[in-house]
Amino acid sequence: MINILRLAFKNLTRYKRRSILTGLLIVLGVGAVIVFTGLSDSFKRLMIGQITDSMLSHLQVHKKGYVASIDNLPLNLNLSPTAYQRLAGMLKAEPALAGFAPRLKLGAMLSNFETTTAVRINGIDPEAENLVAPDLKDRVSGREPGQPLVGRGEILLPEVLARGLDLKPGSEVVVVATNQEGSVNGLPLKVGGVVASVMGPGGRDGYMHIDDAAALLRMNAPEISEVAVRLTDFDQLDQVAARLKAALGEFKNPKGMPMFELHTWADLAPFAHIARLIDLMTVFIKAILVAVVLISILNVMMMSVFERVREIGTLMAIGTTPAKVAQLFLAEGFILGLISSLAGAAVGVGTIAALNATKVSFLFGMGQQIVLAPTIGAGTVLAVCLIVIAVAALASLHPAMKASRLEPVEALRHV
Amino acid sequence: MDLVSLEHVGKTYRLGEVEISALTEVSLTVKEGAFACLVGPSGSGKTTILNLIGCLDQPSSGKVLVTGQDTSALGRREAAVFRGQHLGFVFQGFNLLPVLTVYENVEYPLLMIRHLPKAERGAAVTRVLEAVGIGDQRDKYPDQLSGGQRQRVAVARALVGKPALVLADEPTANLDHATAGMVIGLMKQMRDQFGTTFIFSTHDPRIVSQAETLYTLSDGRLVDVRAGQAGVKEADHD
Ligand SMILES: Nc1ncnc2c1ncn2[C@@H]1O[C@H](COP(=O)(O)OP(=O)(O)O)[C@@H](O)[C@H]1O
Ligand SMILES: [Mg+2]
Repeated sequence: MINILRLAFKNLTRYKRRSILTGLLIVLGVGAVIVFTGLSDSFKRLMIGQITDSMLSHLQVHKKGYVASIDNLPLNLNLSPTAYQRLAGMLKAEPALAGFAPRLKLGAMLSNFETTTAVRINGIDPEAENLVAPDLKDRVSGREPGQPLVGRGEILLPEVLARGLDLKPGSEVVVVATNQEGSVNGLPLKVGGVVASVMGPGGRDGYMHIDDAAALLRMNAPEISEVAVRLTDFDQLDQVAARLKAALGEFKNPKGMPMFELHTWADLAPFAHIARLIDLMTVFIKAILVAVVLISILNVMMMSVFERVREIGTLMAIGTTPAKVAQLFLAEGFILGLISSLAGAAVGVGTIAALNATKVSFLFGMGQQIVLAPTIGAGTVLAVCLIVIAVAALASLHPAMKASRLEPVEALRHV
Repeated sequence: MDLVSLEHVGKTYRLGEVEISALTEVSLTVKEGAFACLVGPSGSGKTTILNLIGCLDQPSSGKVLVTGQDTSALGRREAAVFRGQHLGFVFQGFNLLPVLTVYENVEYPLLMIRHLPKAERGAAVTRVLEAVGIGDQRDKYPDQLSGGQRQRVAVARALVGKPALVLADEPTANLDHATAGMVIGLMKQMRDQFGTTFIFSTHDPRIVSQAETLYTLSDGRLVDVRAGQAGVKEADHD
């Protein structure tokens, strides 16, 4: 076996330029796939991380029908305190959760005593919210360290709104809201901080304490619009979501209809479609790589066979079996694939390292600076290399069989 | 003992509708240790006979026995194994592997066909390279050698596996006259040294004189078998 590989390698060096060109093509392809996969994966992870960690959390439970009209923030689709207690009891029993947080969402008018504007507000429990959206606090500026996410009597304003109304932490504002019965109520609040915008639903919401929100809406005890749930392991999302969905199905309203609905971040954030598109593109680019390897190796190995007909005849005449002749050509394609995929992996991983060293950043969406920190798993690199090597061997199969089927007499007569 | 025997061998080639008869009713035997030559003009059937003896081709009729074995029963793979075990080949165009050194070319049959261990290979290759007189060229590549030197390497490659029979189809056609004589002389010397039977073909009358047995072909028929001048000379000594 070693001897076949050694001879095959020597044969590759015979047409140096051709072997190098073919190899280079594969190197380029493998490198490009690795860099693209690294970039797209890191971009995806970054965006998903931002969406889930700073606002949506991993999944959310609402009263059935809430999400369909979520843009209206319908107060009549809130969970009653007792319904929430039942849900909370169930969630507490689920071991895969890092935590869950109730939110009371409302639309309100915000006034700085000169101008009035509409604002979407999440009434939150600061402790619980930290568990489900751990990065939210990093988005908030103007707060002292050690302070809770939001205190009683405070409001965190989205930065676009704060800028527009020229509001700063410490400014006094009034929030006015209409409750479900139609009665209007106002609440004077202090701006406790400014929340930086992020992409995705809820990326430009304000926050206040859930008890303040309940008081504003004249509720005795807070009703709950939304329960955000975070898992300990994001990769378990599908399984846990399915399990929770089944458990939630047990809860029925008096009419016998399901009481709750569950959505994962991907159901709620349009970015999930982009993520899926990115995955599709990765597959597509890999398919192109496979085609490139297949065609270039097939081509170069066919040439090798045609140019060496007489030599193949000689090898067979002096006693080389057809199977061994086939192995020789298979080994040639295999080695070409092996060396070029390894070189390609080195180029790809090197490029990723270089990108990380130079901290390439670009603008995405609303003026958000995104620093790409591409990473690629050893498993992915290995998989790409193995695929390329396998395809290279596969592409050599036809030329190798062709060589092994040559009749020595005919081959020897070939000039 | 007869190493090779052809019994009423016929060979026809099909070229579309036309049948070309390359050999007709050829019967001959070659003795062990012979230094035999097939002569005849181009197209007379020399290559066809050598291909049949070399298990590279099968007769259309008749029987070909090599080392007592009917070779027409062998499949592609078995024929290759048989060739690797019992036969050596020298070609008109030398047919060395350009990517291998002299040493590696001669080592090839032992390494890739016989699968002998390294020490055994080394001893055999060195011995045969010395025997053909190119022990000092062992690390050169074929394209660094003259035609005569290349054919010496080819002879060494044919002999290294200690075959019973070496077949050489016009081994001197690509060489000048002096070199041609030298290569035939070398082959005979190898026969004397190793006892290997040689059958070669030529249409060069100047080479023929070195053969001990001459098989003359004409239009696919064996028209004459006789002791060559070399053979006659030897007979004179008795
Ligand atoms: N593959 C083939 N197809 C058709 N005819 C062939 C083939 N090989 C040889 N012949 C014919 O068989 C005859 C003998 O050829 P060959 O044995 O090559 O003669 P030589 O080696 O003495 O020149 C020639 O007439 C040649 O044209
Ligand atoms: Mg011929």
